[in-house]
Amino acid sequence: MNLLTAVLFLPLAGFLVALAIPRSSPQASRIWALALSLAVFVSALGLLAWFDRGLATEQFTVDVQWINSPDIHFHVAADGVSLWLALLSTFLTPICVLISWRSIQSRVKEFYAFLLLLEFGLIGVFLAQDLFLFYVFWEVSLVPMYFLIGVWGHERRIYAAVKFFLFTMAGSVLMLAAIIYLYTRAQTFNYTTILDLLSSGRLTFAPGEQMLLFLAFFVAFAIKVPLFPLHTWLPDAHVEAPSAGSVMLASVMLKMGTFGILHYCLPMFPSAARSCAPWIVILAIIGIIYGALVAMVQPNMKKLVAYSSVSHLGFVILGIFSFTQQGLDGAVYQMLNHGISTGALFVLVGLLYERRHSLEIADYGGVATAAPWLSTAFLVTTLASIGLPLLNNFVGEFLVLQGAALANFKWAVYAALGVILSACYMLWLYQRVFFGELGPEVRAHAPDLNLREWAAVIPLVAMMVWMGVYSQSFLPPVGKTTALVLEQTRINVPFQVRNGQASPKVSLEASNAR
Amino acid sequence: MQLWLIPIFPLAGFLINGLFGRRLSKSVVSAVAVGSVALSFAWALKILIGLGDLNHAYTEHYFTWIQSGSLTINCDFAVDRLTAVMLMVVTGIGSLIHIYSIGYMAHEGGYYRFFSYLNLFMFFMLTLVLAANYLVLFVGWEGVGLCSYLLIGFYFDKKFATDAGNKAFIVNRIGDFGFSLAIFYIVKHFGSLDFGTVFGQAAGKPESALTIIGLLLMVGACGKSAQLPLYVWLPDAMAGPTPVSALIHAATMVTAGVYMTARSWPIYTHAPGAMEVIAVIGIATAFFAATIGLAQNDIKKVFAYSTVSQLGYMFVGVGCGAFSAGIYHLMTHAFFKALLFLGSGSVIHALSGEQDMRNMGGLRKKIRWTFLTMMCAAVAIAGVPPFAGFFSKDAILLAAYQHAPWMYWLGTITAGITAFYVFRAMFLTFFGKYRGQAHPHESPAVMIAPLAVLAVLSLAGGFLFKIPTYLGTVFPAMEEAEDPILMAISTFAGLFGIFLAWLMYVAKPGMADAFAGSVKGLYTLVYNKYFVDEIYDAAVITPLVEGSRAVLWKGVDAGAIDGAVNGIGARAQDVGGVLRLLQSGNIRSYATWVLFGSVLVIVAMGIAGGMR
Repeated sequence: MNLLTAVLFLPLAGFLVALAIPRSSPQASRIWALALSLAVFVSALGLLAWFDRGLATEQFTVDVQWINSPDIHFHVAADGVSLWLALLSTFLTPICVLISWRSIQSRVKEFYAFLLLLEFGLIGVFLAQDLFLFYVFWEVSLVPMYFLIGVWGHERRIYAAVKFFLFTMAGSVLMLAAIIYLYTRAQTFNYTTILDLLSSGRLTFAPGEQMLLFLAFFVAFAIKVPLFPLHTWLPDAHVEAPSAGSVMLASVMLKMGTFGILHYCLPMFPSAARSCAPWIVILAIIGIIYGALVAMVQPNMKKLVAYSSVSHLGFVILGIFSFTQQGLDGAVYQMLNHGISTGALFVLVGLLYERRHSLEIADYGGVATAAPWLSTAFLVTTLASIGLPLLNNFVGEFLVLQGAALANFKWAVYAALGVILSACYMLWLYQRVFFGELGPEVRAHAPDLNLREWAAVIPLVAMMVWMGVYSQSFLPPVGKTTALVLEQTRINVPFQVRNGQASPKVSLEASNAR
Repeated sequence: MQLWLIPIFPLAGFLINGLFGRRLSKSVVSAVAVGSVALSFAWALKILIGLGDLNHAYTEHYFTWIQSGSLTINCDFAVDRLTAVMLMVVTGIGSLIHIYSIGYMAHEGGYYRFFSYLNLFMFFMLTLVLAANYLVLFVGWEGVGLCSYLLIGFYFDKKFATDAGNKAFIVNRIGDFGFSLAIFYIVKHFGSLDFGTVFGQAAGKPESALTIIGLLLMVGACGKSAQLPLYVWLPDAMAGPTPVSALIHAATMVTAGVYMTARSWPIYTHAPGAMEVIAVIGIATAFFAATIGLAQNDIKKVFAYSTVSQLGYMFVGVGCGAFSAGIYHLMTHAFFKALLFLGSGSVIHALSGEQDMRNMGGLRKKIRWTFLTMMCAAVAIAGVPPFAGFFSKDAILLAAYQHAPWMYWLGTITAGITAFYVFRAMFLTFFGKYRGQAHPHESPAVMIAPLAVLAVLSLAGGFLFKIPTYLGTVFPAMEEAEDPILMAISTFAGLFGIFLAWLMYVAKPGMADAFAGSVKGLYTLVYNKYFVDEIYDAAVITPLVEGSRAVLWKGVDAGAIDGAVNGIGARAQDVGGVLRLLQSGNIRSYATWVLFGSVLVIVAMGIAGGMR
């Protein structure tokens, strides 16, 4: 037991307690969820405080036998990337509780219970060091999200939930197959052991074998990201989901995909990843431009933000597959940035929906007159989202594009077009919703932020500024971990080991030394 | 020396007015806004005096902003003589325009909002000129663009204003696309963005790389400084309050492109191809925009096109290697164009919002001070010796002659056109009979005082501040060519333009209309600004938006991809029973899925095993 397991299991405990809260007192459920999620966040901050920023390897490791045969461990740890993603999940959960305070009025108890279960699953996904455990968390996070959309969503919620479930499940099944196959080859689910085996040459894959395994993992992750053309579940899921669902989905769940690619696909199957990179980059760039163009013509705010996510996540994929330090750092930073700024967009769109009960852009106009502070918060978020310097996204986009430019300048040229287009769709959205004459409908239904809403919005805006102005608070641990990943994709290229007869002894010693 | 205090004062002003301005009285808001900029001016002055002759750049390091792998980007500020000139222009003119705005905005809503945006602009503009590397410069670059967007769309309930704001931001983004690619390319070749490192190594790099960098930087400069083909946002930007037009869209922000290219001279001097392109774009813009200025009736639009045209001159200077001449003109232009805009603001103020010169006339007696001060600006921009515009324009035209004589001749013709349209505006506004309905009244002293200061600068700024001499240590030396004949010709062109305007609008008022009627086709073309906006709309925006809607969204997304997924969707209907169980919370149905997965696993293992 250490702090890491406490951060992981607190939400699960909270979930169980939430189930026990009587249905008759919804306020108790809300307060419990808020208190617990705040407690989780504070303990996650403790994790941050004790994290050794000088180390690239996993920290806070806990490894306990879970199932004897097959050999499955409860094995969790945090590195410089997963730490931030876990922290992001714990940061956003209290905000989700706050914004659901009034908008969720039916089955309140179950809603908050699922929210906490979702938090448990998401944190677990980022921390798991055992492939089977990873898969379990992957699925655990899927279930509460399915219910959040399917039960508390809007009109077409069932369609959206099923679509979401089917898409993700299709990928998960492939991944499960690959995980079990890996077990038959490596005799272990232990991620670090598998990497050691690979780097020491004791475990090698034939090219076709590696390619299939890579693709099985990659497709599962790419659906989650979502990478063009596997993205069509996302707009539907977002539009139908309640605000809190949209926030968790966009901010954290999509990162399961990009995290998976970075954490599993690259180190375990480096040759396949490198040989697929040009094709994946093309898809990423198509996604950047395509997502932006389609976002531009959406009449529905949430769909617009959803398509913008397709565009933003394209940058993350581009960064990862540039195989440069800047690209990887930028990709991770962009994962966090997108979590903050798109999360904030969904929070603010949710606040608008609570007021006017519409997601159609055409139903708005003149909100800036009626609710100036809400409009200001939305403006800052808009600017963050379009990559204005001194706000968070700029740092990530800059590093990603710089990495892409170092790898292949043409990639940067095409991807940078997305930066122009992002200004188009976001500013047009802002103009139509917030500027213009104030209509009677909006005037009657658009009060400014109240105290609870301020509490949800301020932390997000503060993070946008902090991450944009002083990235050194966040980037160094990320850089340590991504440098290690990059090294793994270089040293451990089995094709070369096999052909070049590189001495396995040396790498064995190296791995022992580690 | 605490350089950071220079931009921090206005930032503090922005935060105070932005957060609490609604609850503060107007006098407190204006005291904070004006005071912060004045402090910034005073601090900059103190630093410049303290730094003495500034033969070498003085740099301050604050913190590491972005660090990844071998790439480190610091938050550094630096001052050299070029920055010193910019600091004085920005904080000096900025202070004057802040003071003027107290009077101009007195009766407008959103008083605190206006001043907080204006202060934020000052922060970013000062960051831009103080930056010691390209990325910090880019921070200021994007930031001033943001403030420009906010202030153009200041009257945000008016659709034309917010449209103009969007246009400014998006067109600038196209320019920034080039700028950011230049940054990536610089890192690729230099491994750093620090001015010191990049400029120190520029001489050793291949010309092809430097040319690409130079051209990409130029794309950025064309956006910010409103050059062909990206100038279209600037005339629309006049939708903002007039002090904004003076400060941002005439004196400071739009000159950022000129500053940036001049700052990058070590790259350009090794990339003659890129410089040639800059010079050609500059002279083409100068001429093209000046012709549009001939036929505008909105007083602010005349000066907007004039700004585009004058920025073209600065580009010619930079492109011909006369960097100091470009900066010289940047400074004098800041004096007289700020004055022209503030003066027209005073006119508009006097006429309660009227901007159409056809409804003006005869105002010289009614608003005497406005008339007199604007006249100083008019003679300065027309290149009448010995006023400010004469010196700087002359320096540019002489450099152009050395570079390529045709540029000199086109520039001289443009000088004539410039003098003509400026005096046309002056005559239409101040001479003849008053044609409007309002009751003109002179503006308050708080507005007239800045006009007077700028009038003195417009008259005397040229020989008071000998910028080419001062910047002699910054830029590579140019051959000093004094050619009295060329000087006389360009001066004559200006005087002839003034005479023609006097003839057509004062002596024989019917002449202008008769002339316009005789070249009807050409007049329509110019009057409609060569239909450039319409062409961009039809060729770029409409296809992009409609294509995205019809082809990408309805076609690819809803049609092709979801159509393909519909097969799966249909099967989802079949297994609806399972899903319904799932929805009811039955955990066993979830297990069914996992079981289904395991079956697939076994199949996959079999296939993979067979393959080995």
